[in-house]
Amino acid sequence: MNLHAPSRRELLLGSGTLFAWAYLPKLALAEGRDPRFLAIILRGALDGLATVAPVGDPDWVALRGDNALTLDGKTPALKLNDFFALNPAMPNLHRMFQANEAIVVHACATPYRERSHFDGQDMLESGLPKTAPSDSGWLNRALTSLAPGGRVDPKGSRVFAVGPVTPLVARGPAPVLSWSPQRIMPASDDTVARLLELYRHSDAKLASVLEDNSRLSAIEQSGDMAQNMTQKPGGPGPAQVRAYFSEAAGNAAKFLAQPEGPRVGALALDGWDTHVNEGIAMGRLSQLLGALDDALAAVQSNMGPAWKDTVVALATEFGRTAHINGTDGTDHGTATVALLAGGALKGGRVIADWPGLKSADLYENRDLKPTTDLRVVLKGVLKDHLRADDRVLAQNVFPGSAEVKPMAGLVA
Amino acid sequence: MTANSKAVLGQEAAALGLHRFGFGPVGGQIAALAADPRGALLADLDRPSAGQFAANLPSSGESARAVSDFQAERTAQQKLALRAQKLVEADNGPTNFDCKKDPPAAPCAAPAAQNETANQQPKGPAPPPLPQQLLLDEAKARFDAATTANIGFVERLVWFWSNHFCISADKIVAMAGPYEREAIRPHVLGRFGDLLQAVESHPAMLFYLDNVESMGAESIAGINRDKGLNENLARETLELHTLGVRSGYTQADVTSFANVLTGWTWINPDQPDRGGEFIFNKRLHEPGDQIVLGKHYPDTGMAQGRAVLADLSRHPATAQHIAQKLAQHFVADEPPPALVVKLAKTFNDTGGNLKEVAKTLITADESWTAQRQKLKPPAEWIAGALRLTGAQAAIPIGPIMNAQAALGEPLWRPPAPNGYADTEAAWIDGVPRRIDIANQFAARVRVADPLALLDSGLGPLVSSDTRQTVARAETRNQALALLVMAPEFLRR
Repeated sequence: MNLHAPSRRELLLGSGTLFAWAYLPKLALAEGRDPRFLAIILRGALDGLATVAPVGDPDWVALRGDNALTLDGKTPALKLNDFFALNPAMPNLHRMFQANEAIVVHACATPYRERSHFDGQDMLESGLPKTAPSDSGWLNRALTSLAPGGRVDPKGSRVFAVGPVTPLVARGPAPVLSWSPQRIMPASDDTVARLLELYRHSDAKLASVLEDNSRLSAIEQSGDMAQNMTQKPGGPGPAQVRAYFSEAAGNAAKFLAQPEGPRVGALALDGWDTHVNEGIAMGRLSQLLGALDDALAAVQSNMGPAWKDTVVALATEFGRTAHINGTDGTDHGTATVALLAGGALKGGRVIADWPGLKSADLYENRDLKPTTDLRVVLKGVLKDHLRADDRVLAQNVFPGSAEVKPMAGLVA
Repeated sequence: MTANSKAVLGQEAAALGLHRFGFGPVGGQIAALAADPRGALLADLDRPSAGQFAANLPSSGESARAVSDFQAERTAQQKLALRAQKLVEADNGPTNFDCKKDPPAAPCAAPAAQNETANQQPKGPAPPPLPQQLLLDEAKARFDAATTANIGFVERLVWFWSNHFCISADKIVAMAGPYEREAIRPHVLGRFGDLLQAVESHPAMLFYLDNVESMGAESIAGINRDKGLNENLARETLELHTLGVRSGYTQADVTSFANVLTGWTWINPDQPDRGGEFIFNKRLHEPGDQIVLGKHYPDTGMAQGRAVLADLSRHPATAQHIAQKLAQHFVADEPPPALVVKLAKTFNDTGGNLKEVAKTLITADESWTAQRQKLKPPAEWIAGALRLTGAQAAIPIGPIMNAQAALGEPLWRPPAPNGYADTEAAWIDGVPRRIDIANQFAARVRVADPLALLDSGLGPLVSSDTRQTVARAETRNQALALLVMAPEFLRR
């Protein structure tokens, strides 16, 4: 007997997972609505200013120089209104915005004010007002509070197992089902780059192996030698990232669109930590945003008629520095964007209490200053879309957030 | 020296010892062992059941018979199916099987149904066929022993000897695991002579190196069947298992030794009673005396082979060969010559007492002063990552074996009888691939505090560059992937 050699697919299956609630939200159903909600956590700290640029701010171009997206740049940003424009890598989100099916919330942040990814992600996903260990996330606790209007599991009583690594946002007492995309995701270029940097400082041999490998990878991607290279070294190419994001989010939508399927889901997409060669208009971030844009288009298309009942919320742990750093990237910052998309929205709006970009306007003289609490946005969606209770939102879902009122009018 | 710097030195030695001689630290172990790292490793040798399994697994004979039955039944089923199809075709002319090929679609099952099979649900994929299941069970018991061991020094010795005396599951899947449990484990802290006898008389080895087919040209069976010698086992025993290549034996020695070993065979596994078990078959045995390495061995049947093996086990070249390989495996690709001398001396002085040899490995200063340059082979690296994170319970053995295979070290499937190579050159090109494995591993493991884990795993060995790299990771998962890919974790 011969065990077959494992394919990369088998090896890497299981990264990026959808977790979905196994019930229907009863109150919303009683109103004759059948809402769908998908939370997408963008881990790594998305550069909000590079995603939605304040092109109307007089200090904008001076702040970011060549890296400032503008309406008349080489790759012109996509106009949202007189003040804001969208990264050109996101034509689908732009189309949704124009169709009043997308909302941008800018200068937005969780209550977290330090700059550690791990702690920032914990606060984003746990919904707690401070960094503290938590076993549950705000989405799961919100679901616990909703009266279930019947189980969606088509097999009836069977309990779904949760995969080994549920994102914190979906962890908790509410029963969830899990699904992992079939497509595999090799270690990202970013991970490879970080290791290469480490090896260059500490282990020349390991560094040289990685360098050789990246060279081979580049040759392969240019098309030469493709025949001979059976095993692709290095990180995934932009096409792989695109395909992966689209499959993860698109399949999530397929589940949520089913009449008997779940109504609420969550997934996490990593890779936004752009310290070096950020590539805002062309390059890494542009490719990632393009992949995210494709994923949103896949959600819309796979939702089918249920798109009109859908809200997708995209949030990241914090933003990045307002200035470009010394390596054409940005470091950990504070405020950023939160994005909402879906046919259930009262969209076509950028919601921002704009803090300005002058040095004195920046948070600690370096970051976009947060003027909108992310919890306001999330609570607004949970309340108006899923009919989560005000008091529960303030005490259980986002504990200690009574002063942070849900934003009204996000949902049509 | 201040008490504090002494404590740091103790922790450094503990961390080094745990990586070099064990499967790497688990939480708090570096500090716990800091007072006396060498003593802790020596104590690992004195555990009452060191190297032994409690696992309730079939013997090599039971396993071989079960696989033989399984294969026979499958063949019969295929023949029956073929027969039935021929009957139908004879009755009806060309058949139309459309309705069977295309069952009606399951109602309303679309993506949700696919999901469930993908996620190891209770009603998940069908269990693997028996031979693969046997292998998975054996692999799991072996990996659990490594990941749950206190230090794992004895398990590392098991892995070393299993590779030194390797067989391949590609040739004999049913016995890959049982062989290690039956022939290797009982002797890793015993005498090399006993280990050698157990290995060379084990049916798995006899089949792997073709001795079950070998017969003396002048034996009864040889004359009757007009067949003869297969030298494979004799040659590899001299070249790989004992004396080492170019140690002075000749082709005549190989041929004579092969004659000596004729009759060492097994009962075919298709025999329901003792199938798959060792037997000395006198009919295959070459009659007459033999001369091996200048020594005269009278024909005492099976005892003739026992006698040659006993002499080989005591040969100085064997001591040198084993000492070199042990030092290379545990300490450095080019081990300190003084260490090899010490190990060989203990081997010679104690009549091949492997526990004493292991003690010498621990007590020799050279074992501790060599640079941490040894690149961990893939499986050892995987076991270390699982131990450190406590993830062994959460990750099934299948993906672990797949990962090992993807990194070029599939469990019990070395490409040749010399086993897997034990030098950096063999494994370093696979390092980029380890990043993908690390990435996938990290995606399956929940880590509360990557920096605390870094301290648990490396203690004072961690460089400031590595600490910074892990601390700045984009996600906890990335931090974990970076941690297990750090040079200090890859090397020992």
